[in-house]
Amino acid sequence: MTPLLSAPRRFSSPRDAVPTVDQVMVEERAAAFARRSIKTGAKLAGLKMVVSMMDLTTLEGKDTPGKVACLCRKALQPIEPKYNVPPCAAVCVYPNMVRHARRFLGDPSPVRIASVAAGFPSGQYPLRTKLEETRRAAGDGADEIDMVIDRGAFLAGEHQKVSDEIAAVKEACGAAHLKVILETGELVTYDNVRLASQLAMEAGADFIKTSTGKVQPAATLPVTLVMLEAIRDYFFQTGVRIGMKPAGGIRTAKQSLAYLVMVKETLGDDWLSPALFRIGASTLLNDVLMQIVKTVEGRYQSADYFSLP
Amino acid sequence: MSNARLNVRKTYKLFVGGNFVRSESGRALPVHDPAGRPLDNVCQASRKDLREAVSAARAAAAGWAKKSAYLRGQILYRAAEMLENRAAALAWEISRSTGASDDQARAEIDLAIDRLVYFAGWTDKFAQVFGAVNPVATPHFNFTIPEPTGVVAVLAPDEPSLLALVSTLAPVILSGNSAVAIASEKHPLPALTFAEILATSDLPGGVVNILSGQSQELLPHIAGHMDINAIVNASGVEGTDLALQSGTAVNLKRYARRGLAAAEWFGPAGEDAYWILDTVEFKTVWHPIGL
Amino acid sequence: MKSKTSPKLKARRAVTVLGPVAPRHAVKPVAPARDRRLKFGDRWEYAPAPETIPVKIDPRYELFIDGKFTAPHSGKYFDSINPATEQKLCEIAQGDSQDVDRAVKAARRAYETVWSRMPGRERGKYLFRVARIVQERARELAILETMDGGKPIKESRDFDVPMVAAHFFHHGGWADKLQYAFPGRTPRPLGVAGQIIPWNFPLLMAAWKIAPALACGNTVVLKPSKTTSITALHLARIFQEAGLPAGVVNIVTGPAETGSAIYHHPDVNKIAFTGSTEVGKLIARACAGTGKKLTLELGGKAANIILEDAALDQAVEGIISGIYFNQGHVCCAGSRLFAQESVFGTVIRKLRDRIQTLRVGDPLDKNTDVGAINSRAQLEKIRELVQCGIDEGAGVEQSECALPARGYWFRPTFLTNVTMSHRVAQEEIFGPVLAVMSFRTPEEALERANNTPYGLSAGVWTDKGSKIFKMTGQLRAGVVWANSYNKFDPASPFGGYKESGFGREGGRQGLSAYVSLS
Repeated sequence: MTPLLSAPRRFSSPRDAVPTVDQVMVEERAAAFARRSIKTGAKLAGLKMVVSMMDLTTLEGKDTPGKVACLCRKALQPIEPKYNVPPCAAVCVYPNMVRHARRFLGDPSPVRIASVAAGFPSGQYPLRTKLEETRRAAGDGADEIDMVIDRGAFLAGEHQKVSDEIAAVKEACGAAHLKVILETGELVTYDNVRLASQLAMEAGADFIKTSTGKVQPAATLPVTLVMLEAIRDYFFQTGVRIGMKPAGGIRTAKQSLAYLVMVKETLGDDWLSPALFRIGASTLLNDVLMQIVKTVEGRYQSADYFSLP
Repeated sequence: MSNARLNVRKTYKLFVGGNFVRSESGRALPVHDPAGRPLDNVCQASRKDLREAVSAARAAAAGWAKKSAYLRGQILYRAAEMLENRAAALAWEISRSTGASDDQARAEIDLAIDRLVYFAGWTDKFAQVFGAVNPVATPHFNFTIPEPTGVVAVLAPDEPSLLALVSTLAPVILSGNSAVAIASEKHPLPALTFAEILATSDLPGGVVNILSGQSQELLPHIAGHMDINAIVNASGVEGTDLALQSGTAVNLKRYARRGLAAAEWFGPAGEDAYWILDTVEFKTVWHPIGL
Repeated sequence: MKSKTSPKLKARRAVTVLGPVAPRHAVKPVAPARDRRLKFGDRWEYAPAPETIPVKIDPRYELFIDGKFTAPHSGKYFDSINPATEQKLCEIAQGDSQDVDRAVKAARRAYETVWSRMPGRERGKYLFRVARIVQERARELAILETMDGGKPIKESRDFDVPMVAAHFFHHGGWADKLQYAFPGRTPRPLGVAGQIIPWNFPLLMAAWKIAPALACGNTVVLKPSKTTSITALHLARIFQEAGLPAGVVNIVTGPAETGSAIYHHPDVNKIAFTGSTEVGKLIARACAGTGKKLTLELGGKAANIILEDAALDQAVEGIISGIYFNQGHVCCAGSRLFAQESVFGTVIRKLRDRIQTLRVGDPLDKNTDVGAINSRAQLEKIRELVQCGIDEGAGVEQSECALPARGYWFRPTFLTNVTMSHRVAQEEIFGPVLAVMSFRTPEEALERANNTPYGLSAGVWTDKGSKIFKMTGQLRAGVVWANSYNKFDPASPFGGYKESGFGREGGRQGLSAYVSLS
């Protein structure tokens, strides 16, 4: 299949080149993943995998170097070593906090630094400043950039503009990996999400990501499924493996395991790795840790015993 | 030394948005039995209480209409279960309010329970009976479906104080409408106790709201409220038709009158499937048939 | 004309002004076409997740006649086994024509003296009670159904049992409203209904038969399938618990001969049968000239049609659920796939990947998607037909999953290079086997879909609304699913055209089978 933006404009629109999505069936299929029963050894392995895939996040206006220090420490060692829990994949912070994170984590670090960028969260800013943010964050030591797309442009049908911006940000990233946030809650329909996913992948995304976490709904199982299916088709077309990150709204260990089930049964073993799958969360981590300890010790846990990130 | 125990008297509150609240006006009305002896006090709802109730009903309407017909039927059936379980309490309220004998009260409640079951069974059937696929002359698939009209105001008569309210409310909410019911002014206690039964029946808050008070005070505000879609007037009070219908013209509310005498509520006239149609809208949809 | 500088160019210029040029990003690795396969391996294996709630199966079950459990006239019992383990579960009473006669007499007496005199409102309340008790005992019934028949616990728990409750609930509401279902007529019950049901949805089929019959004022003599009698007998206990008057429902277990005694009995007013077309024809012959009302719900060979403008991933999901749900033991299974040529390759690839993630195994494991084949006999039939397909030149694609050592199993399979002249495209396999064919135009798909003596169901997958209505309008099938498959509801009539039977179950139309109209 030819990249959809090179098709003659008069006779087709990008929508023609991307399959549509049936809402009822995709939601049914997504719900089926949540009904899998993950127990004992599989549960423990799954939960540890979830931790290793987590982008531990703080994105508050009131973030300070001190807060970021706590976050980094928690990401490096979420719980005492006896439980054998790996560090989180990354911390995710605002551009101004990147250099503090790098200072705390050192270089190299098992925990990567992801920075949001490009006018996060609204994206309603000029391209020039978006690129400058990106370059500075990358220059300050961010390994990964999580950019937002211009939803206004997308919904107005200016797909070329959306695509060009992604490509420009990718260029500005340098060596850093680019995650493209679609903000699925604002795109609303699964058809839009499918199209936006395709645009992002073709324009240079290394990862496609659901949400900023600032808009409801954020990540959901069906929306994630649609994006995984887009990744699958792209892999078959081009041989390139793109990663996926649901973010926002995943609060419980049970939910996170449902996402893992979905990745496993949609894309298979290759994507069950932090290199290709991440979960953006903050309160999720302690719920996962509580479940890990419960599985090991056999007792229901209390939040008092788990340090806050 | 006396062993007499002081009882804890019940406060009868308004039922709005799934909660039991006092009137914002802080007023109460005494309720008397047929011999004129005082029973208990009820809240005197004000126009602001009415306003809140309509807001709550509006907020609940969309979610209630979106539930499957099967689920609405199960909830109505559960209301019947709860009413059956608390029949003794309701019988006491009816007897002391209206002077009815225990047997009469129990007969009324049995019928109210069966009415709830009857209407519960309509939720997933009335669309088949009253809707249609229309054989139009052009190559179009054309169908007509009933949809709930929205927020409905219900005025109940004085007698039978429980049965009439149940018989009027059930056909309104089974299709997905939410309701604001004004209890009988003379015998409000059974209605307010019935609210407790609804509150324990898995009915989402706001789908049914029950207010006690003076109908005369509330009527003009109901008639003129721009966010009420329909009125079902079973009050049986002279002159209310005129008062209500004059007001309904402001936003073209649907208006239905139930003119049954007290005894008629006990017969088949009190269990009419066609009442469902008074508070539904029929939507017709066209779609071409072709490759 | 001022030339518009592309953002990319602007960015590149600006980089040098602001600072050192960032190192160029690494090129993403590209897998060559032949290596673009998904690996569904063991990187993260699910642990066993067995349903552990203990459930009591009696060592022996008697007949349920006239409100009581009684021994069979012959004193004989037959074994019921668990098809997933081949272990014996219990003994079931073997009813014969004498037992059937006793049951019909009880049903007649109950009809004349109690049930036909009871107002519809009261009859309905019994059905509501039954629905509520089924909901209370849901887990137990689901486990019994899985152990007796082999279907995954996930299905019996999430589909069969809730649907059973829904059928009783829905029909409870019709009992006092029948005059609305038949404008201009007065509906009256027929009397005694003889009902024979199959082994693929044992409890659900019992509900589909009993609920409308009772709602309309009839009494029932029901024979469950020989391999799956347990849940029907537990349903009988629920009838007792609900206080259903004795004789209103009678259950006579036994082999085919017992069923024959029912449909030959002179005092049965109506026969309802769900099963194979072959037996359906036998019954039709037996009922000829007797005045018995008859409805039959028989086999099918449904076409599932994917058009090029379908929402493809969801269409594939629909194909999968259409044929592998309940191990393909579904009369309305979408057993013939017609995929439009322009998307054929994509559909096959997605099917191939999808069957690898279907979990076949212990039906009591909550993660099992495809359970055991119901009996050895059925397994042999499936094997025979698939072999025939291979002999006739079809290609075979199967999932690669491991199978348990004991029990009756068949891996999800699809056959390619199939045409309408292959036996596997014509005969009902009743197993997890899909025959795949292509087509060029929608008219061709319709022609081929209708080119069968069966006519129970069909599926159409397309994003275009008008196409949906055109194609569903022309498919000669009693149930057509557009952009969906295997959807059931008590309010939705179900039944076939042609040799898939006649009569409908569910909805307003489903009531006609159980009333006479004057």
